[in-house]
Amino acid sequence: MTKITFELDELLTLKTTRAKVQVKSWQEAADIVGNLLVDEGKVQPGYVARMKEVIDEVGPYMVIAPGVALLHARPEHGVNMPCIALITLDEPVPFGHAENDPVDIVFAFGATDKDSHVPALKKLAKQISRSEVIESVRSAHSDKALCEAFVELCDHPNRTKE
Amino acid sequence: MIIATLCGMGFGTSMMLKLSVEDILKEEGLRAKIESWDLGSHKGQKADIIVAPDDMARHLKDSESEVVLIHNLTDEAEIKTKLMAAINELQA
Repeated sequence: MTKITFELDELLTLKTTRAKVQVKSWQEAADIVGNLLVDEGKVQPGYVARMKEVIDEVGPYMVIAPGVALLHARPEHGVNMPCIALITLDEPVPFGHAENDPVDIVFAFGATDKDSHVPALKKLAKQISRSEVIESVRSAHSDKALCEAFVELCDHPNRTKE
Repeated sequence: MIIATLCGMGFGTSMMLKLSVEDILKEEGLRAKIESWDLGSHKGQKADIIVAPDDMARHLKDSESEVVLIHNLTDEAEIKTKLMAAINELQA
């Protein structure tokens, strides 16, 4: 069996990146970031619906850091292949999180098994914890600049962006 | 000692937290069994400490475990300070 790999910098492409999207609600942000994955055939439409249901049912705990949401459901909710999408919002929106609202950086990911995505998530968390990474993601005004900012930082986790 | 990390699906956030907890225990030279749980299956399971996103506090009101709530799941320093306080409390 081929080992499933989940590499952030390989999975995030221009087609799954949108900078400075205008939305009125977190639901709309979730639809837009999720539908980038649907349009690429990476997840089923039901996967995006499930991501939103989990937030409705359990709460917005997926807002993992100030301003940053990491949305997902489970493999059995309709993931065709490992994937990640990223959007930034022109104006931040509240997810209902007591500490980390409002949110303007929204990731969505899908994994096809229980643990191949976990090292990548940890790497992502480490990047998100660095203010210069967040600044470079926030200051990207085109999809291309955003995708490049992200991939650059995944490639060189220890390098400070100038 | 059993430490459980908890999130809504036992898949993303709790797995991230689990790796953080593993790193912290290794740094501190401590041993524990670390599990990741989801909300649907955590009832009836036992852990000495549960580490969860602070947004999940309301789901853990009745927990008998020491509960550690994390605001910023990417902040290793926050996770470490709060986890070590809970471990020290438990061992006191």
